[in-house]
Amino acid sequence: MTQVADDQMAESIADSSWIDELRRRGAAQFESVGYPSTKSEEWRFTQLAPITRTRFRPAGRESHGKLIAETVAQFSFGKEAAAELVFVNGFFEPQLSRLGKLSLGVRVMNLAEAFASDSSPARQHLAKYATIDANPFVALNTGSFRDGALVHVARGMAIEHPIHLLFVSTAGEQPTISHPRVLIVLEPAAQASVVESYCGAGEGVYFTNAVTEIVAGPGARIDHCKLQQESLSAFHVATMQVELNRSADFVSHSASVGSRITRNDLNVIMADEHAQATVNGLVLIGGEQHVDNHTMLDHASANCPSHELYKHVLDGKATGVFKGKILVRPGAQKTDSKQTSKTLLLSDDAAMNSQPALEIYADDVKCTHGSTIGPVDEEQVFYLRSRGVGMDAARHLLTYAFAADITRRIKVEPVRRRLENLMAAQHGLPQDLRITDLGAHDEAARNL
Amino acid sequence: MSLLEIKNLHARVAAPGGRDILKGVDLTINAGEVHAIMGKNGSGKSTLAQVLAGRETYEVTQGEVIYDGKDLLERSAEERAREGIFLAFQYPVEIPGVSTDYFLKAAVNAVRKHRGQPEIDPKSFIELLRSKMELLKMDPTFRSRAVNEGFSGGEKKRNEIFQMAVMNPRLALMDETDSGLDIDALKVVANGANSLRGPDRAILLVTHYQRLLNYIQPDSVHVMMDGRIVKSGDKGLALELEEKGYDWVEKEVRQLA
Repeated sequence: MTQVADDQMAESIADSSWIDELRRRGAAQFESVGYPSTKSEEWRFTQLAPITRTRFRPAGRESHGKLIAETVAQFSFGKEAAAELVFVNGFFEPQLSRLGKLSLGVRVMNLAEAFASDSSPARQHLAKYATIDANPFVALNTGSFRDGALVHVARGMAIEHPIHLLFVSTAGEQPTISHPRVLIVLEPAAQASVVESYCGAGEGVYFTNAVTEIVAGPGARIDHCKLQQESLSAFHVATMQVELNRSADFVSHSASVGSRITRNDLNVIMADEHAQATVNGLVLIGGEQHVDNHTMLDHASANCPSHELYKHVLDGKATGVFKGKILVRPGAQKTDSKQTSKTLLLSDDAAMNSQPALEIYADDVKCTHGSTIGPVDEEQVFYLRSRGVGMDAARHLLTYAFAADITRRIKVEPVRRRLENLMAAQHGLPQDLRITDLGAHDEAARNL
Repeated sequence: MSLLEIKNLHARVAAPGGRDILKGVDLTINAGEVHAIMGKNGSGKSTLAQVLAGRETYEVTQGEVIYDGKDLLERSAEERAREGIFLAFQYPVEIPGVSTDYFLKAAVNAVRKHRGQPEIDPKSFIELLRSKMELLKMDPTFRSRAVNEGFSGGEKKRNEIFQMAVMNPRLALMDETDSGLDIDALKVVANGANSLRGPDRAILLVTHYQRLLNYIQPDSVHVMMDGRIVKSGDKGLALELEEKGYDWVEKEVRQLA
C-alpha cells in the first residue's frame, strides 16, 4: 500500500514535470474560457448559475470520522469487488481501500502513485482523450485534480470481478470542490469491468467535477458502470471520453440518482472498424433535481454498431435533459446505430427535454432514434388492478418495471442490486409485492 | 341464489358530455350458471363487462349491481378482483418488464391477503401455474416472459384464460375472448373456461359470434341492443341469431315499442 510519503519520495526520482505542465495548461485553458454560459448550444438546457455563482474552496483531505466510515461501508462492494479504491474529497485513502489480489497484468492504483513511474501508462494516455479543449469543466479538472484512479489491464488479460472506484465527498460549512480523475487503459484483447460510484457524506454543498478517460485496444472489452448517488445539495459534472479501437466492445451503464444539478457528457469514439458501443442510462430523480445527459456516439469508422437506451423517471419538480448525438463520419459505412430515450413523468410539475441529434455523412448506414415522454399508462394500471393489485402498488410496480428495463441489463451484480433496492425503496413499494423478485425472474434478459 | 343482480344500470363515458352507453340493463345471474350476451358492435356489451369490473372510464349514472349480496358499484376495481370477479380482456394489455410469473404471484397474493390468508408458498404457486399451463396447453417459457409483450392476439387471449384459471374467480367476465382465435385455440380456451364451471361460480360471456357457445354451453343467451337487454332465451337463441342475424330482433323490439 502506498503512503503519501512514498509518493513524494518517488516523485523526486521520476520526472513529473509533464504532469505539472499538464495541470498548468488545464488551468490556463479554464482561465481563458471560464464556465460555459447557457447561451452556448451545448449548455442551454442546464442552468449552471447555482454552480458558477458559488465560491468553492478546494476540498481538503479528510480520512477519519464516523460519517466517512459509515458512507464507505454503505457503498462498498466488499468482497464482490476485485479491488476497491476509495477517494475522499479527491484524495486516495489507502486505509479505506482494498487492493485485493489482482491477477497478473492487472494494475489498479491511484494516479499519484502512477505518476511516480516514468513507464506508467498514465504518462502515455492521460488527457490524450479528454483534452482540455473538450469543455471548460475538463480544463478545470485537468488544472486542479489532485489524484485519481488508474486501471490498466495488460494484453489478453481479463479480470472477472469488478474494480470499484468509490469517490466520497464530505460536505463542510463552506462549499467545496473536488476533481476526481479516472484513466482506464485496456491493452489489446484485455477485459475488465469497472464501476465508478460517487456519493456524499453529509448534506452540505459540494461540487464533484469528474473526468474519466477510457481507451480500449483492439479486441478489448470493457464493462463500465457509473453510479451517481451524490447528496441532494451537491453538484455533479462529469465528462467521460471513450476511445475504441478495432473490434473493441464497450458497455456502459450510467445511473443518476443524487445531486441537485447533474451534467454528464459521455463521448464514445469508434475509431476503428467493428468497434461496438452499448450505452445505457437511468435517471431516477425528484424534488428539484436536474439531470442533463449529453451523449455522443462518434462513428469514425465503418462497420460499427452502437445501441443506446436512456430511461428517466422524473418525480416532483425534477427536470431532465437528454441530448443524444450520433455522428456518422464520412466513410463510416454500415454503421448500425439505435438510440432510444424514454421518460416516465410521475408528476405534472416534472419536465423532460429529449432531443436526438443525428449527423450523418455516409450513405449506407442504419440509424434510428425514438423518444417517448409520458405518465404511467392508465391501461396498464387498470389491468393490474383488475387482477387485485392496489392502485398505488400498480403504479409503483409499473414505475419499477420501467426502470428495471435498464437495471436488468447490468451484469455487475452489486450495481444492479443497489439500484433495484433503491428503486423499490424510493417508490415506497409495498413489501408484499416482493419487488426484488421481479428482476430475479428475468434471467433471460440478462444476456441482452 | 343470485350471484349477480343488475338492476336498471345506466352508464356513460366518464368525460364532459360523455355518451350514454348503458341505458337500463337488467340481468340476474345465479351461481352455477353461464350467461352469454350477444349483440352488434356498439350495443354496449363490452361496456357492461368493463363497468362490472370497475373501469373508471365509465360513469354509472343510475341503477345498482348486487354481487354476492353486496353493493358492487361502491367497490374499486381491485376490491372487486379480490372478491372474486375476473375480467378477461378483449384487448389484453402488454406490461413490459413484468413477468407473467411475477404478475400472477402479485395477483394471487392480493386475493389471499384480502381473505386473511398467508402468501402462497413458492412450491404451491409453481404447482398451480404448471397445472393451469397444462390445461391451457401453454409453452413453459411463457411464465418468464413479460406479460403479453410481443404476444400474438391468440396468445394474449389464451393468457387471459390462463390467468383466469389461476385466479379461480367466482364470477368470470369474458369479453370477446373468442375473437382472433383459430378453432384449435378456441377449443383450448373453452376447455379452460369450462373447468371453472361449478355450483358456486358463474360465467358471463360477451360475444359477437355463436361459435364459442358450441364449446361453452350457456344456460341463458341475451341480446343487447342500444344499451339494453332486449331479448333473452336459451342457447337456441344464439343459433337463431347466427342463422338470421340481428335484424329480426330489432324489428321485434320496434314493434313492441
